[in-house]
Amino acid sequence: MSAISEVFERCRREKRAAFIPFLTAGDPDLETTAALMQAMADGGADLIELGVPFSDPIADGPVIQRASTRALAGGTTLSGILRLVARHRDRLGVPILLFSYFNPIHNRGLESFAEQAAASGVDGLLCVDLPPDESAHQEYIPVMRRYGLDTVFLLAPTSTKDRIRRVAEYSTGFVYYVSRTGITGDQGALPDELVKEVRRLRRKLTQPLAVGFGINTPEQAASIARAADGVVVGSALVKLIEEKTGDDDLLSAVKQRVKELAEGLRR
Amino acid sequence: MARPQLRPDANGYFGPYGGRYVPETLMAPLDELAKAYDRWSRKRSFRNELRDLLTHYAGRPTPLYHAKRLTEHFGGAQIYLKREDLLHTGAHKLNNAIGQALLAKMMGKRRVIAETGAGQHGVASATAAALLGLECVVYMGVEDTVRQRLNVDRMELLGATVAPVDSGSRTLKDAINEALRDWVTNVRDTHYILGSVLGPDPYPRMVRDFHRVIGDEARRQLKKQAGTVSPDVAIACVGGGSNAIGLFTAFIDDRRVKLVGVEAGGSGEALGEHAARFGKGGSLGVLHGTRTLVLQDEEGQIAGTHSVSAGLDYPAIGPEHALLADEGRIEYTRASDTEAIAAFDLLARIEGILPALESAHALAYAGKVAPLLSKRRLILVNLSGRGDKDVESVQNWRAKEREQADAEDSTAVAEVTVHPAARKWGKSQEEAG
Repeated sequence: MSAISEVFERCRREKRAAFIPFLTAGDPDLETTAALMQAMADGGADLIELGVPFSDPIADGPVIQRASTRALAGGTTLSGILRLVARHRDRLGVPILLFSYFNPIHNRGLESFAEQAAASGVDGLLCVDLPPDESAHQEYIPVMRRYGLDTVFLLAPTSTKDRIRRVAEYSTGFVYYVSRTGITGDQGALPDELVKEVRRLRRKLTQPLAVGFGINTPEQAASIARAADGVVVGSALVKLIEEKTGDDDLLSAVKQRVKELAEGLRR
Repeated sequence: MARPQLRPDANGYFGPYGGRYVPETLMAPLDELAKAYDRWSRKRSFRNELRDLLTHYAGRPTPLYHAKRLTEHFGGAQIYLKREDLLHTGAHKLNNAIGQALLAKMMGKRRVIAETGAGQHGVASATAAALLGLECVVYMGVEDTVRQRLNVDRMELLGATVAPVDSGSRTLKDAINEALRDWVTNVRDTHYILGSVLGPDPYPRMVRDFHRVIGDEARRQLKKQAGTVSPDVAIACVGGGSNAIGLFTAFIDDRRVKLVGVEAGGSGEALGEHAARFGKGGSLGVLHGTRTLVLQDEEGQIAGTHSVSAGLDYPAIGPEHALLADEGRIEYTRASDTEAIAAFDLLARIEGILPALESAHALAYAGKVAPLLSKRRLILVNLSGRGDKDVESVQNWRAKEREQADAEDSTAVAEVTVHPAARKWGKSQEEAG
């Protein structure tokens, strides 16, 4: 069983949803990213989504766009991120899922990427612009499997029955449900039908189902945790990091926010 | 080897290029769009309505013009211009915008969005939306809203909302990013009128099909006016590649015709100074939903581009172009900013036509090849748009040229008084550059 699957298994036994914070690697720099990941783990993160910055993040709202721009301006590279993971993964004690656009991975070459990622201790990969259909053309699945990397795919409110089946077939670790049609970040209230939709989807999947996009507050996280196996919070934390960068209490503030978000996930 | 009949294949691939590299939210809507396109484009009622609009509203067929003074100037092959600049709104872009807006209407969408670089696709989309009663938002990089201000005003007068995009390089690439973000959010009631043979399937084939009328007409007109359906060379500029595919599709199986796409050579050879994806510049990558040749750095981050023409200022090439280049069917070359401006000037002065700076790139290459060919040969150039929008850009270019000339004069004087050590430093700087 993969480390990511183990997380969800443990959370199931503990009757709670997994808490999955997201942060952009290299914002403001890689050393701070390492410290932030530790703060998140200490605050109660079960799994960390580590964002690989990309020049053209079409699925991201302004908060994560700005973080990506800062990270790239600071010279963050995929190799640098993998070296960072290699140095900190063991001490961190929680699995790391890389969240990336496909081009940086494609550019490196799948085989070479997978080899280096696995050696660094990365646990899985989610490529936001690589649907299962295209992954089939790229031999993505066999290569990732060979190196023991989980492949997480997205489902969305627009996904048809056919697509749900396909995503279920290709996903390992968990399936990531996008809470609404849209980009990452705060857009006010979550859709009313979200909890019902998550329950409906969960019955169709054998993998755990985590929900993300637009979840900001402990109350929202708690309400989704009633139905989902995991809750992802990204932009709200990246925004906090943006606001606190340069302040002495950056790490303690992030740890505190993660704690507040994670605490409400007991069912 | 025979060319496969169906391009792209069922998965939207042109050989290794193409596909649908988009977030899951857009996958089912792209399926729906592909199905709607396949269904409606086969219906006689849809085709008749589109043909009727293109004829009586947009002004098709556009003329094929034998540019005798230009021909004489170069003293070689006969040059014919396909006058897409005379299409309503001033560029070929309307062929596709009307087609897609009509399709959006059939699909029950009430809102359309578009990206634009030079502003021509934005104006065309705003026009089609006004005509068909659709709400329209056009995304445009801030840098482009400045250099193509006339078109911003036109779009607004046509009732569209222009949304300036202030992220990244603030040009066409970033406008597409923002349009995709809008589409992901509003996909249920919105159709995205993508303006080139780019993006996820079905866009590259759909946009090609709407534009192929350019080449189909040109063949018929050549037959009538020049007594042959086959020019010796057909030339078009290539940003994303829509006017080029529109012209070339009719000639692809006609091996007598040499097809040449002209990219933006910009101001230099280094990454960031041009928008030429073929040759040394581009490598295989994934951008805006398609796998194709992309200008990127060694870490897979998309590179900045530069061109004096906003419409060619884009880091990726349409996937079908990438395959046609591999097959050797289309040859790609480049024209620099300076060459494009010179071609702009020339056509204005000896033919009385202000070409779009994009189209001026194609004219620049025509000027290189025409003198090498005999007078019996025939060159067909796609004059994809008119240059009114570029008047300010060309004036700015002139002003900059004058400044540089003045600066050179003053350094020549300063040279005399400069300290020898400083001169040495200046020289090593020059070498480093």
